[in-house]
Formats: sequence, C-alpha cells, structure tokens
Amino acid sequence: MVGYKFCEKLTAKSSLFNIVVFGEEPRRAYDRVHLSEYFNGKSADDLSMSTESWYRENGITLHLNDLIQEINIAAKTVHSLQGTVLKYDFLVLATGSSAFVPAIPGIEKEGVFVYRTIEDLELIKAYATKAKSGAVMGGGLLGLEAAKALIDLGIQETHVVEFAPRLMPRQIDTTGSAMLQSKLSALGLKIHLNKSTLEIAGEGKIESLKFADESSLGVDMLVISAGIRPRDELAKLAGLKVGSRGGIVVNEKMQTSDPCVFAIGECALYENMIYGLVAPGYEMADVVVGYLTEGSKSFHGFDMSTKLKLIGVDVASFGDAFITEPDCRTIVFEDTHKGIYKRINISLDGKYLLGGILVGEAEAYNLLLQTVNNKIVLPPNPEDLILGSRGGESAGGAGVMNLPDEALICSCEAVSKGDICSAVEGGVTSVDGIKKCTKAGTGCGGCVPMIKDLVNGTMAANGLYVKNSLCEHFDYSRQELLDLIRLNKIKTYDDCLDKFGKGDGCEVCKPAVASILSSLWNDLIVKQDTIQDSNDRYLANIQKGGTYSVVPRIPGGEITPEKLIVIGEVAKKYGLYTKITGGQRIDLFGAHVSDLPAIWEELIAAGFESGHAYGKALRTVKSCVGSTWCRFGLHDSVSFAIEIEDRYKGIRAPHKLKGGVSGCIRECAEAQGKDFGIIATEKGWNLYVCGNGGSKPQHAQLLAADVDKETCTRYLDRFLMFYIKTADPLTRTATWLNKMEGGMSYLKNVIVNDSLGIGAQLDTEMQQLISTYHCEWKEVVDNAELRKRFVHFVNAPQEKDPNVQFEPLRDQVKAKNW
Amino acid sequence: MEVTTVTQWFMACYADDIPENGGACVKYGDEQIAIYNFSRRGEWFATQNLCPHKQQMALSRGMIGSAGDTCEPKVACPFHKKTFSLLTGECLNGDDYTIKTYPVKVEEGRVYIGIE
Repeated sequence: MVGYKFCEKLTAKSSLFNIVVFGEEPRRAYDRVHLSEYFNGKSADDLSMSTESWYRENGITLHLNDLIQEINIAAKTVHSLQGTVLKYDFLVLATGSSAFVPAIPGIEKEGVFVYRTIEDLELIKAYATKAKSGAVMGGGLLGLEAAKALIDLGIQETHVVEFAPRLMPRQIDTTGSAMLQSKLSALGLKIHLNKSTLEIAGEGKIESLKFADESSLGVDMLVISAGIRPRDELAKLAGLKVGSRGGIVVNEKMQTSDPCVFAIGECALYENMIYGLVAPGYEMADVVVGYLTEGSKSFHGFDMSTKLKLIGVDVASFGDAFITEPDCRTIVFEDTHKGIYKRINISLDGKYLLGGILVGEAEAYNLLLQTVNNKIVLPPNPEDLILGSRGGESAGGAGVMNLPDEALICSCEAVSKGDICSAVEGGVTSVDGIKKCTKAGTGCGGCVPMIKDLVNGTMAANGLYVKNSLCEHFDYSRQELLDLIRLNKIKTYDDCLDKFGKGDGCEVCKPAVASILSSLWNDLIVKQDTIQDSNDRYLANIQKGGTYSVVPRIPGGEITPEKLIVIGEVAKKYGLYTKITGGQRIDLFGAHVSDLPAIWEELIAAGFESGHAYGKALRTVKSCVGSTWCRFGLHDSVSFAIEIEDRYKGIRAPHKLKGGVSGCIRECAEAQGKDFGIIATEKGWNLYVCGNGGSKPQHAQLLAADVDKETCTRYLDRFLMFYIKTADPLTRTATWLNKMEGGMSYLKNVIVNDSLGIGAQLDTEMQQLISTYHCEWKEVVDNAELRKRFVHFVNAPQEKDPNVQFEPLRDQVKAKNW
Repeated sequence: MEVTTVTQWFMACYADDIPENGGACVKYGDEQIAIYNFSRRGEWFATQNLCPHKQQMALSRGMIGSAGDTCEPKVACPFHKKTFSLLTGECLNGDDYTIKTYPVKVEEGRVYIGIE
C-alpha cells in the first residue's frame, strides 16, 4: 500500500523519474486495511488499489512475483529472483512486515495459519470449510480482526487466546478492555486471557492448544496474530543499519544509513518506533517524494490515534490515551448495561483535551481528535464532549465548522479542513466529489462523516443552498422544474430526464418528479410505478419486516357500524394488527404485499377508498362532532370536514397534508396544529394555515376570519395549489411559510387579495385536479396486469416472503424487531 | 465487473416479469435475489434482496438510479434510503456495508442469473 502510494504521489509531482516496482506477491498492491472484507464478499480485484493500465499509463514497470534478493549498495544495483539486475539512482524499500510467529512446539502443524496476505486468507478460507472451532492467538487489533474473519467464515466456535491479562493492551486501558471483552463475549466470542501457549498438540494437524497453567483448548484450526515483524532481512544483508528488535533505521527524511536508499511504511524504524498504521506510511511516502522533488518536508513521528469497528463494536483511542492522574484529570463515563465506556483526559487547568478512549460508541471520535490536535479550548463542562450536551441545542455539525483551517481532517491522505472547504467553494458539493478531488476519505474512511458535515456547513455558509437544485441529475429547483414540465407538457419521468436532466435519476428526483407529474396531470401513479417511493409504488406503507399497512379513507372520522364490521372482518381474515390512528382513521398493519389487492377489493366492495396514507397527499381532515351533537358547537364541523376531505382526496403535494375542522373555539379537532385548520365562529369560519404537529410543532396562522363556507373553500383551493406549485420537495406547509419572504402577510396578499393575479389560474388548476380524482386501489384491483406486480417472488407468485415474522402482542401481532 | 467463476446459469424469470427501470425479487433455493431491469441503460443487474442495514428483504422494491460523473448504477433501499452500487455492491452512503452482486444475462426473453 505504502509503496503504491509512493508511486502515485511521485508520478503526480514529477515525470522525470523512471520507476521500476518489484513485488513478491503475485498481485498488484491491495488494500490490507480492509483485508477482512475479503471474507464477506469482496474479491481480490475489489481490494486492489489500482489497475494494470494505471502502471502502464504512468510509465511504471511492474515486476510481480519477483522478489529482490540482494542489494549492492556500492554498485547501486538490485538483483531479483527471476534474474533481473537493475541499476538505481534511488531505492525505496517498502517491504512492510510479516506476521510474527512465536517458536511454539507444533507450530508447523496443519491447520495453523498467519493472517497477513490474500494468500493467507485463501488458505484459511479453504481450511475453514472443514473446521467447527477455531482460535486466534493474540487479542490485539489484528487478532480481533482475524477472529471476525473466522466468524464470517462460519466457524461455529471462535476463541481468542491472549497472553496478556487484557485485550488490545496497546490501544485501550483496563476498564475499556473489560468492557470490550464483555461486549465481544456477548456476541459469542470466547476469550481466554493470561494464557501462555506451550504446545500445539495433534497428530499431524492441530487438535488442541496446551497452556502453561496446564489447561488446554480443543480447536480445529489456529490463526496466529501475535504481532508483526518488520521485513528488514534484505536491508540487513546489504549492510544497512537495522534496529536491535527489527526495522530499518531511518532519519527524518526516511533515508537509511545509505543516503540513496529510503525505507517507508512498516519496515522503517524512526526514533525506535515502528508505525504500523497506513496513515503514517503515506506520510513517509510523501516525505520521500518531497525529498526527490526538492521539497522540504520531514517526518516527525505521527499521531497513532485510531478508530475501528471490531466485530461490530466501536473502539477508539486518541491523543495521550494512557496518561493518568495526577498528571491530568480524567472524566469517565461507564455504562455496563449498554456496554459503553468513555474516558477523556484533560489538562490540569481544565483547558485542553489530552486524549482518551472510547469503547462501544465512538461517534465523537473525530471531533475529540480534532480538539486534541488543534488545542481547542474546552467548554466549561468538558463532560459534554462524551455525554453530549444535555438540554439546549446540540452542537452537531457546527463543531466541525469551528475547527481552524489547518485542522487535519483526513489523516490517511493528509487533507486539511481548509483543503476541503476550498474545494466546496470551488464547486465540489458532494462527498464523492471531495473524495475524488482531494482524496480525503479514501483511506480508512473514518473521516467521511466529518467531510459530509464540512460540505454541508460550507455550502450553507456560502449560501450555496440558494441554487436549490433538486439533486445531481436536475439543475433546477422543484418550482422551476414544475414550470418546465407544465409548459412543455411533459408526461413521463424519462422524457423529463432526457429534456432537462442528466444521468439516470435517483431516489431523490424520481419521487419529486412523480409528485410534480401527479400535481399537474393527476395521471394514475401506478402507470409509472418504478419512479414512485416504495409506499406510492405499492399504494400502502412499508413497515418493519417488509409487510405493508393499509389505511382506508374515513372522511372526517365518521364511519358506520357496517363499515367498522368490514374492517374487523378483513383484519381477521388477513391476520392484521389494527390501531386507531391520530387522524381518526383505522390502520391495518402486517399485510403481505401479495394480499394487498385482495384486501382492497374487499374494502372497496364495502364502499371504502384509498386513504392515501402512503402518499405525499391529503391524509385526513380531523373533525370534532360539532353542532349536530355537541351542546357548544356553533356549526356542523363534521359535514364540512367530510366535504373538504372528499374535495382534496388523492391530490399529490410536495409533502403530506393534514387538515382539521372544529365546531367551536374549544378546538377539539386541533385544527391549528394542521396544514390547514377551520374553526367555527359566530359569524362563519376562521381559516388557519401552515400549522404543524410532529417534530417541530407550530401553530397555524389566521388567513381569513369569519368567512362563509364557499369563500373558505376558495381560499383553501388557492392556498393548496400555491403550495403545491412553489414548495421544495418534502417541505411541509409550515416550513414553506417560514422560508417565504414576506411571510404570512405576503401569503395573505397572494391568496386573499390576489396580488400576483394568479387567483383564477389557481382556481382552475385545483378544479382540474379535483375533477380527475380516481381511487388508485380500485384501478389496481380492476386491472389484471397491475395486480400481477403485487407479488414477493416473481418466479413463485403464490409464495409469501418467508422472512416475514410476527410476534404476539396483547392479543394481536407485531413485526419482529430488527 | 466481469465475474468469470460462474458455474451455473439459473433461469430466474421472464424479462417482462421485471418492471422497466425497476426491480423484482426471485427465489433461488433459500436465497432471495433482486433483479433490476435498467431499461434506460439497456442493462440488467442482480443483487442480494437483503438490505444489510436493518436486515430487510427489500432492495428489489427500491428505486434505481445513477450516482456521480461516472453514472454508477445504484439502488436505494426503500426503508432508509441506503444506496448501493449495482456494480460492486458497495454502500454509497459511506457506511460499511457491501451487498452481493450476481451476473445476469437475458436471452430470448428469459433472465438468467449466474451462480458461483
């Protein structure tokens, strides 16, 4: 990896060098950091860092399967296994490291492996097919990676054997190790600590491990991961200086004892330290490239902070993780229930973060590391850093934006915050784009969430959101696109994409265009089912476990006993869980996709229609019982609610729409918490708009007071149509109003005073939508071709998804948890 | 990505079983495989039907599309909109998931999936 990175960096900087690469392995450089992914489906090709043509295009000669056997320092030549002798001006050793194999009797037995190269992995994979149990020797980072690999290979019983009294002694402290151990044990990993292995026993092949404490462990295979040893044999043979415990000695320019020979990566020993991570290796490659191209960069050690996911458990250590009191103050958070341990070390004056350890949850890692590296002064309550701020606004992405420009975001590729932000300002506005142009996030990938925040933060700061493009495929806002589609009479998504977009669309623009097409032409949405969100495609709401819920329309919440009985019978027949919704309707959960048309058929036969609970459309108009029964009621709120709900049913909008009608100011229908709310007054009706319940409750505001039913309805027509035509996708009316310049007084002018002169047009457009209403369920039920789409397996239409599972709950069923 | 280790072509369904520019699921033994008819590109793809994010059998019901300048074909899970490359199976939202992909061929209106 480091050798390849050197080539990449050098060819990018200069074309003056004739580069020849020798590699011992049969394949090009590959991503060893993500080696374990080889076991869950990635191929050797996926892991490869480059293509064959890359070397050719950059004029690099590549010798694979050809180990250098000898270096002649005096003659400046290298001699390869296959007999090539080559003269060099500069030689870079990136020989890496090999697995350290302790001299234990029986180590040569069949079934004993190391975990280092793709070849090792292939051997392990082949042997694992006949093994039931396996052990990993070594409870460090690589050992746990190897244990994960064994689990992925389907080994039923996986053990980790560690000589030390705890796991990952280099990265985390005793408490953190204990937490990690209990989490891993809970996941089925068997962990044995304080075990010194004396012998690997078995007839020809491994059968058991014998320990110094006279215990033993029967296993079918063993993977050794007891540390790494720098590959310094070649350097040693050539007379270059090596460390007493291995490693090629280098100076701050990565020069070995011969100034024309460099060593980088895990084979290099800088100030008695081997850097076994990829980021410092890349940094070393950069230093040598700098030297060769007359740069002035030097290597001065490297931050060894890491964050990893080990068998699903987050583990991170950063800065000075092990410093203890009285040299610092520590704040510890421990939750044995959830298996979370967090420790931060802060300076004695409480001003700076020195380092820390995170086990079980490491979301804060990136920000904490930045806080250490940039010496950011801590807030008055530093515990907020690991507990999150309790109460008040959370810092969220703002934390990243507060970093200084020189803060290193991607340490693998040495990309600073400034680099990323200036790329965003230069027009690169996606994480993928940033990855391509700065290479940030392409190494370990740990900084990607921070890149995301920086991209969004920088765009917001520069007002780039003003452009408001729908997505990468359409350079228009929803409103612009709606006008284009209307003026050009576009009827299909494909036509729209061909004329105004690029690429092949996505899950953002497809439903947005689908919504526009419906709002303009009100065609049957299932005609273009694959551009709809799953809910609109199947005319039902997808729920946990992959089943759907069905909500028939019950306008105003009024329903006859006969219809109630039908709902009950349908639910019983199809095994559905039933619940009254917040909008005075009844939701039936747990329907198999293949049962949907039959369920609708029975409901339709009893006079029901689709309730559009799956669509960005009118949901329900809630009502109180009003003057027909209530002793306080001023007008008949139920009748008005039913009228309104029938009027707007089926109309697609940028987001869902809810309404309410109350018979008096007691407001039992909670109309002021809806997108539109109507409240009876002594003289008529008050119309309120742009309210919201949900995550950000907001009261609706008065649009017109004391108007009669007809006027109220006309204003409502215009209001809804204006919203449909101008709001961004997935924007509720409340947010739409909050963003509107001029706010409520502007909206009132448009709707009531017709200040834009579009009132008549809005009226006509709404009338068009109302008159083209059709029940989508009925269309499917009556159409054999459309019905055919409602199956789980197209090659076994009678069969239901066997993965759908229910659990009993209070005399009904619920979906199994995920 | 060309996979050369196909040992068997499984006749999964007919081409018109899969909606244009959309997907559907087929059963292969105990496996569920999602097949996508990317008619806009004239290409076919197949992946596991299981979305690894919340272990839901749902990818075949997801929307397909493309990402980036290279027009990488992708599918978005209907549950939480995790997107995956149809070429490599890699999760394109930066999450650490990969889904399995299968080679597909269509001959005389029949869709075949290559099984290793």
